[in-house]
Amino acid sequence: MANNSKMMTEPRGTKPKRALSRNNILLYGTLLVIGIYYAIPLYVMVVTSLKGMPEIRMGNLFSPPMEITFEPWVKAWSQQCTGLKCEGLSTGFWNSVQITIPSVLVSIAIASVNGYALANWRFKGANFFFTVLIFGAFIPYQVMIYPIVIMLREMGIYGTLTGLVIVHSIFGMPIITLLFRNYFSSLPEELFKAARVDGAGFWGIFFRVLMPMSVPIFTVAVILQTTGIWNDFLFGVVFTGPEAYPMTVQLNSIVNSVQGIKEYNVNMAATILTALVPLSIYFVSGKLFVRGIAAGAVKG
Amino acid sequence: MNSVEIKNLDLHFGSVEVLKNLNLEIKKGEFLVLLGSSGCGKSTLLNCIAGLLEITDGQIFIEGKNVTWAEPSERGIGMVFQSYALYPQMTVEGNLSFGLKNAKLPKDEIKKRVDRAAEILQIEPLLKRKPAALSGGQRQRVAIGRALVRDVDVFLFDEPLSNLDAKLRADLRVELKRLHQQLDNTMIYVTHDQIEAMTLADRIAIMRGGQIMQLSSPDEIYNKPKNKYVADFIGSPSMNFFEGDFKDGTFTKGDLSVPMNGYDFITAHTSDCRAIFGVRPEHVITGELVTRSPVQATVTIDLVEPMGSDTLVYAKLAGENFRIRMDGQARVKVGDQLQVGIDPTRASLFDATTENRL
Amino acid sequence: MSQYRPSQLFRNKTAKIAAIPMILTAMFVFVGGTIWTITYSFTKSGLLPKLKWVGLKQYDRLWATKKWLVAIENLALYGILMLVLVFVIGFVLAALIDQKVRFENTFRTVILYPYAMSFVVTGLVWQWMLNPEFGVESIVRELGWDTFSFDPLYNSEIAIYGVLIAGLWQGSGLVMILMLAGLRGIDQEIWKAAKIDGISTWKTHVFIVIPMMRPVFITTLVLVTAGIVKVYDLVVAQTSGGPGISTEVPAKYVYDAMFSGQNLGQGFAASTMMLLTVAIVVVPWAILEFGGHKKHG
Repeated sequence: MANNSKMMTEPRGTKPKRALSRNNILLYGTLLVIGIYYAIPLYVMVVTSLKGMPEIRMGNLFSPPMEITFEPWVKAWSQQCTGLKCEGLSTGFWNSVQITIPSVLVSIAIASVNGYALANWRFKGANFFFTVLIFGAFIPYQVMIYPIVIMLREMGIYGTLTGLVIVHSIFGMPIITLLFRNYFSSLPEELFKAARVDGAGFWGIFFRVLMPMSVPIFTVAVILQTTGIWNDFLFGVVFTGPEAYPMTVQLNSIVNSVQGIKEYNVNMAATILTALVPLSIYFVSGKLFVRGIAAGAVKG
Repeated sequence: MNSVEIKNLDLHFGSVEVLKNLNLEIKKGEFLVLLGSSGCGKSTLLNCIAGLLEITDGQIFIEGKNVTWAEPSERGIGMVFQSYALYPQMTVEGNLSFGLKNAKLPKDEIKKRVDRAAEILQIEPLLKRKPAALSGGQRQRVAIGRALVRDVDVFLFDEPLSNLDAKLRADLRVELKRLHQQLDNTMIYVTHDQIEAMTLADRIAIMRGGQIMQLSSPDEIYNKPKNKYVADFIGSPSMNFFEGDFKDGTFTKGDLSVPMNGYDFITAHTSDCRAIFGVRPEHVITGELVTRSPVQATVTIDLVEPMGSDTLVYAKLAGENFRIRMDGQARVKVGDQLQVGIDPTRASLFDATTENRL
Repeated sequence: MSQYRPSQLFRNKTAKIAAIPMILTAMFVFVGGTIWTITYSFTKSGLLPKLKWVGLKQYDRLWATKKWLVAIENLALYGILMLVLVFVIGFVLAALIDQKVRFENTFRTVILYPYAMSFVVTGLVWQWMLNPEFGVESIVRELGWDTFSFDPLYNSEIAIYGVLIAGLWQGSGLVMILMLAGLRGIDQEIWKAAKIDGISTWKTHVFIVIPMMRPVFITTLVLVTAGIVKVYDLVVAQTSGGPGISTEVPAKYVYDAMFSGQNLGQGFAASTMMLLTVAIVVVPWAILEFGGHKKHG
């Protein structure tokens, strides 16, 4: 009976933990501070873009707009001037769309077939060319840009949309091919063999057996390529003229070459508009986006 | 004083009850095996004892000390894992001494312990190697060594042999038993392998759904299973079961009638009930002794599995599948009529509703 | 069975045809283009490529140009600091998030979103954040510290650090993701064994886990390095290379020389130097990684 009363005061069950233990505060505190460092720029941009210029001149970047106005957004979209034209970012937006969609489709079409050929059809020289391709992914673009300019000029497509699409497809190949190759390699080989026994050929197996099974990896590839191509600046500025500038290039020239009064709210609205497409993809795709980066980065 | 005591242990994960009101007393120097199939809670229980999992309610005592809230390193335990979990970038010596160095033990004490462990486990020539350069068996010994150097009273083993191939498993099993005899420490061992349990344990705790179904010596578990689950779990091939009626001291199902004379009842068994009768394939009597058995029957052989050392015979009795283990030299074939006998004193009888032993 | 045996060339014919784009790209664009550029870096090309051999003259000129020297210096400074910091931040974040924190998805989303944005966007954003009129400086002043001064982008000496801040903001998310994947690949039982041995969490990370994550570290290192050498859009958007030339970087030097400076030779020489820089890191890594498995082509 003495034992029983002793048991009442001795430790039992879960160890009492103060929710606000020192470790927890450190952990969540650090994460919070860092989270703020990351989130603030976005917050500032959104908030500023909704203010009128007079309010901005009053300073205090952080306060929410006293009067919300969407005028900066309208201006950014349809009235900002690039060079001589004052039609806003909408031009750039549609250019980007015209650039991105074909580029994504072509690059993925080629890379998926490449990856498939590499993974399932061993032929002489395959690995050698693939290695060269991968090394190519590390070469700074600047080293190869001029010869490409010349080639496109010779073919008469320098400065056109087609040219740019080809360029994007070329440079997207290494990583996306790797992505598909790794994925197809991870599928059970029995599947492939069974299809061959059934008499299916190269294209037959690809379209009827593998593609239906590969929706996730195609999605990841689309995400990666769309984000990368939409966000591109260098190829856009080298391979197109002001008429066909993608949104990123137009954004830069709008913001950085305006003389006189800088309309920060319009600029910020313009910046958000440019970032909207990839950000939306990012927020919607979440885990798949992460998977894409991780998969592309883990070579082999 | 018991080496390890567990009182009213409860473990919930959210609304899922993983361990329910568990009570367990382990004596000093005992080799206790927690046996069960996947998901029964045996590893979970071990992790709770180790302090790697926090319990929801109850208490754990090790060597008389209440360790319910203590950190794993303060509980006086050493643990050996299924995947050995050796630190891959350190040598064997490094693996053995890392924890001790961290505890700021004096250098000569560390050396003394490492040498002693190496000697006992015969891993002295391996001290300078890294885990990647060791075989599976050697790695497991190093893992045991890491627990040994901690100079503790209780060792925990979490399915340590499951990653090894059959032959190695058999060899290490014997070594573990020798080790236990040599060191005489309390050992708590988790496994799903019956053979390991039966050969190594002083007592076995068969677990299911977070509770202990039976806690007894291997002999008792084998011969006197406390409930149908335990009876079915232990023994390969498993026990033959017949569901029928128990009335006036006799079990009947169809034309099978077994007077339970000489059967060691553990309950009052005064009322009649639906009952399950169980007899192990190896306890079925065949050959000359059949004529002296209390219960005799004739069955037709459906299938024969000659295994060399034994022969497994499949037939039907009272409408149920009936497995019989015979000598490897027995000459039987499909379609033969076989005389069999059953001795109720070696059989088991369970209440059909509660599945507990009568 | 037919007696006809297709020659080696026609085996897997379709596969080979399908792989033609890859082969063409690899050989013509990557190898061919690179060789072309390197070759022409030894010529006297001005507005147009001219095959007039001048030996190392372009390189001499390059290394005598202040703008280039500043660019290289910036790249070195930016590169080393970025590398170290992005690993530290990335790993620490990954380790923190790995502690089974609640809201893991939220934190991850917040830290990674900058990576989804264009460098141009990042550059612009941080141009504003570091603007003394209404960026960080003005905010801190509003909060009371009147004398707080923080306008790196207006100061030639330290403008490059402003670019660094922006680069870190964009890139640490990626490193964090890779580190987190690496951490999650560690056998759970290692953590348990360390706990039994009484090793504290941070010590377990430093002495046991990080050594185990060597492959991940190396891969990440190569990726980050390759990205650092290419830094271009960020600088163009954030500072246009300024103030003056204090935030020039090689990639920008190349572009300016080729497309606005009418000095192709310089551009070729500069890009060859960039290639060398990358090769210094990538080639040893490749030998390390793949040296054991020779690919016979």
